[in-house]
Amino acid sequence: MGIRTAVADRPTAFDASTPARRGRSEARRAFEESAAVGLGFIPLGVAFGALVTQSGLDWWWAALSSALIYGGSFEFLLIGLVGAAAPLATVAVTAFLVNVRHVFYALSFPLHRVRGRLGKAYSTFALTDEAYALTGTAGARAWPGQRVLWVQLLLHLYWVGGATAGALLGALIPDGVVGLEFALTALFTVLALDAVRERRHDLPTPLLALLSALLAWVVAPDRLLLVAFALFTAALLARHVATRREAGRA
Amino acid sequence: MPDPGYAVAAVLVAAAVTWALRALPFAALAPLRASGTVQYLSTRMPAGVMVILVVYCLHDVEVTQARALAPLAALAVTVWLHLRWRNALLSILGGTLTHVTLASTLFGA
Repeated sequence: MGIRTAVADRPTAFDASTPARRGRSEARRAFEESAAVGLGFIPLGVAFGALVTQSGLDWWWAALSSALIYGGSFEFLLIGLVGAAAPLATVAVTAFLVNVRHVFYALSFPLHRVRGRLGKAYSTFALTDEAYALTGTAGARAWPGQRVLWVQLLLHLYWVGGATAGALLGALIPDGVVGLEFALTALFTVLALDAVRERRHDLPTPLLALLSALLAWVVAPDRLLLVAFALFTAALLARHVATRREAGRA
Repeated sequence: MPDPGYAVAAVLVAAAVTWALRALPFAALAPLRASGTVQYLSTRMPAGVMVILVVYCLHDVEVTQARALAPLAALAVTVWLHLRWRNALLSILGGTLTHVTLASTLFGA
């Protein structure tokens, strides 16, 4: 942890007298923390926006979807559903199945650090995979609530901006150019590598996750996310019980 | 363009379901936050969750077909770039560019 963090975390008399200045410095820190991942949203947003217009939907629908749903992987699926005029009940069930993984994030996301009802409401709304990954790092444990909120807001703006730009400019992408959606895979790969590197003394955790995902792929390919998250959580709990028992015996 | 009213309604329904899934568990899990087990999970889950999401993104790759080489090569490029330079933007752009190039040329439909 650098000196700057220590300074930012301990409000001085000067900071306390000018909360606006403190807010601005939190915004700047949040910008630095979220820039790399946030900029990764741009190719992803362009891919999403381009797909929206290629599917015959208007550009404003990409802006509306990215602003109000704000869940990248599900929004890609929704394009197909809306294009096929799927019943709203199907939309609701699919949203539930793809996004149910978010219930696991409540176990560790630092919502208790975010102040105010409005702030907390927005923070739960903008609790994406990327926001969860960025605020779950060891370095982020010292972040004040204000910085957590700023990171979420900036990621949201990157996503809406990328999607809208992609929808407006998507027509310029030649028809033969495909495969932009890989940006989502690349984004999760980068977040996984960073998270694993941070816990390099703990290789069983990513290995258990990989095994859970591969097992889920074999037994329930249509419910991969839900089954994999459940298996992984169960495996971690079993490991926790086993370690405690061992510690008790020693 | 499908009926705009329907397209907007679909967004609103999906947004409501997604927000509920993100917000409601906090109320249900609030009493558990202090427990040692939840603390144990909270430090270990982020790394595992991201690994699972990577597998999810790749799960419709058909490994028996030649076109599977595009995402697999792009994944290798992403990992290599990230281990080498640790720059998220470079890794994402390099991986995506590799995928777009391969998928649009060699393995284009």
